[in-house]
Amino acid sequence: MSDNQTSLTPNTREIDLTKKTVKMQVSATDKIISTIIYILFSLFAFICVYPFYSIIINTISANDLSAKGEIIFWPKGIHFQNYIDVFKIPGLGNAFMISLGRTVIGTLLTVGASAFLGFMFAQEDMWGKKFWYRFTIITMFFNAGIIPWYLTMRSLHLTDNFLAYILPSVVAPFFIILVKTFVEATPKELQQAASIDGAGIFTIFYKVILPISKPILATVAIFSAVNQWNSFQDTLLLVTDSKLYSLQFILYNYINQASSLSTMVNLQNAGSTAMATLATKQTSTSIRMTVTIIVVAPILLVYPIFQRFFVKGIIIGAVKG
Amino acid sequence: MLLLAVFAYYPLYGWVYAFFDYTPPIPLSASEFVGFKWFHSLVENQVKIDQLMQVIWNTFGISGLGILFSWLPMIFAIFLTEIKAVRFRKFIQTVTTLPNFISWVLVYSLAFSMFSSEGMVNGFLHMTGLTDSPTMFLQSSEHVWWTMWAWATWKTLGWSAILYIAAIMGIDESLYEAAYVDGATRMQVIRHVVLPSMMPTYFVLLMLQIASFLNNGLEQYFVFQNAFNKDTIQVLDLYVYNLAMGGGSYSVSVAISMLKSVISVVLLFSVNGLSKMLRGEGIV
Repeated sequence: MSDNQTSLTPNTREIDLTKKTVKMQVSATDKIISTIIYILFSLFAFICVYPFYSIIINTISANDLSAKGEIIFWPKGIHFQNYIDVFKIPGLGNAFMISLGRTVIGTLLTVGASAFLGFMFAQEDMWGKKFWYRFTIITMFFNAGIIPWYLTMRSLHLTDNFLAYILPSVVAPFFIILVKTFVEATPKELQQAASIDGAGIFTIFYKVILPISKPILATVAIFSAVNQWNSFQDTLLLVTDSKLYSLQFILYNYINQASSLSTMVNLQNAGSTAMATLATKQTSTSIRMTVTIIVVAPILLVYPIFQRFFVKGIIIGAVKG
Repeated sequence: MLLLAVFAYYPLYGWVYAFFDYTPPIPLSASEFVGFKWFHSLVENQVKIDQLMQVIWNTFGISGLGILFSWLPMIFAIFLTEIKAVRFRKFIQTVTTLPNFISWVLVYSLAFSMFSSEGMVNGFLHMTGLTDSPTMFLQSSEHVWWTMWAWATWKTLGWSAILYIAAIMGIDESLYEAAYVDGATRMQVIRHVVLPSMMPTYFVLLMLQIASFLNNGLEQYFVFQNAFNKDTIQVLDLYVYNLAMGGGSYSVSVAISMLKSVISVVLLFSVNGLSKMLRGEGIV
C-alpha cells in the first residue's frame, strides 16, 4: 500500500485507468467476455438510474395514467400541478428548512472539527496522541446500541431539540482519518518552516494546513452534508415535535399515509378556483412520488458535480482504512 | 474549537455510561438494581425463546447473504477496470455509485413506487397481461432476506467497488507487462495478477464485515418492515428498537443491545487476532 501512499499527495493522480489499457492479444473468447461485461454493466447502470427517471416522468405525467402504471419510458400529458400542490401541504416548507438548517450547520461544524482533530492527530508531539486517537477510532467499531444512546440523549435533554441533529455527528472518526492521512502526506517542511517563523500551533493550522487541505475538506463537507440531508433515524428516535421533523421523516410518513393526504390536497383544491381534472387530481401515488423527487433532487443535482471528489476522498481514506 | 471537540465527546461518554447502567427503567435513574433479571427474562419461556431465535436467525440469514456475496464488489471493480472505453467506464462508475447517496427512506420510496400493488411494475405486468391480480412484492414474508440483500446490493455495490478500484490502481505495472510477455490471456491476467493483488483488501473488508455480523443497522429494515413481513425482517437492531419504542421494554432492549455489543467486540477481536495470525497485521 505504500506505493499508493506516495501518489496521494494533493492533486497528483486522477482516478484514471487509461494507463492500464496495454495492448494485448484479442481472442474470440476475449471478445465474448467483453460483450458480456458491457451488457452486464449497462444493465446494472440501467437498474441504478431507471427508478429515479421513472419517478420523475411519473410526477410530471397525467396522474390518472400514472396511477394505472402506464408511464414506463416517457411522460404523457405533461403538467406540473403535482409540485404546486405538494408545496401547499402544511409542514413541508418547515421540514425543508429544518433539513437545510441541519445540513448547513452540521456540515460546517463537522468539517471544522474534522479538520482540527485530523490536524492534531497528524502532529508527532501531540499530548496523549495514541490514546486519544484510539479513543476516537474505536467508536467506529463499537457502540452501545440505539436504546442506551436514546436514553443518553434523553438524559442530556437532546430529545425534541434541534441540537440533537448536530452535536452527535460533529466528531466523526472516519472524516478525522481522512484529514489525518491527508495532512500526513503533505510535506513536513511546510509546518516546520512556519514554526521556525514563530507560528504557534493554531496559526499553523489556520494559515498553513487549512489552505492546502481544501480538496480533502471538500470531500468531508460533501459526505457530511449528504449524511445530514439523508438522516432519518435521529428524527425517528428523538423527535416528537412536528416542528422539528426533517424532510426524510415527512417523506416516510407520506409513504405510509399518503391516501389521507391526497384527499386533503384534493379538498383544498376543490374549494379554490383551480378545478382539478382527472389528470391533475392528486392520488396517493402522485403525492408520494412528488415528495420523493423533492427530497432526492438536491442530491441528484450536486451529485454529478462532486462525484469526482467523492471517489478521490474515499481512495485517500482507503489507504489507511 | 478544542472546546467544541471536547463537548462533542460528551455523547460518546454518555454511551459508556449507558453501557454500564444495566436497567434504566422508564422514569428514573435511581432505580432498583435487579442484576441479571432482564437477561433471564429473555429466555424464561418458550415463546420468547422462539421469538429471539427467529430474530437471531434473520440476523444470521441477512448478514450471511451479505458475506456470501462479499466478493461482488471486487469482481465488479475488476471487470470495470477491464473496460477500455474510458467514457463508458466513467459513466458506469458515476451511475452505479449514485444509489449510495440516497437515504433508505428514499430507497423505500422508490421501491414502493415501483413494486407496491399500485406501483409501476404491477401496472406494467397488468398492462401486458402477464398477471391479473397485483403481485405483493413488498407485503410478503417470502424472500425477504433476498429482497433486503438485493436492495442493499443495489445501493452499495458501485460504491464498495471504489476501494477495489483503488487497489487495482496500486498494482505494479511491471506485473502486467511480465504477464503479457509470457503470453497470458486476459482472463489469465485477471486470475494470476489482479485477483491475488486484491486479496489483502478483500480480507480486510471481509474481516470487518464479519466483525459487524450482528450489526445490520436499523434504517433499512425499519422502513421496509410491515405487518406482513415482520417475522422474517426483524433483525436484532430492529427487534431492539421495536421492543423499546413499540413495547416500552427499555430494559430488555438494553440487555439485548448489551449482549450484542459484547458479542460484537468479541467477534471484532477474534477476527483481528485471526487476521494477525494469517496475514501478520491486524485491522484495528
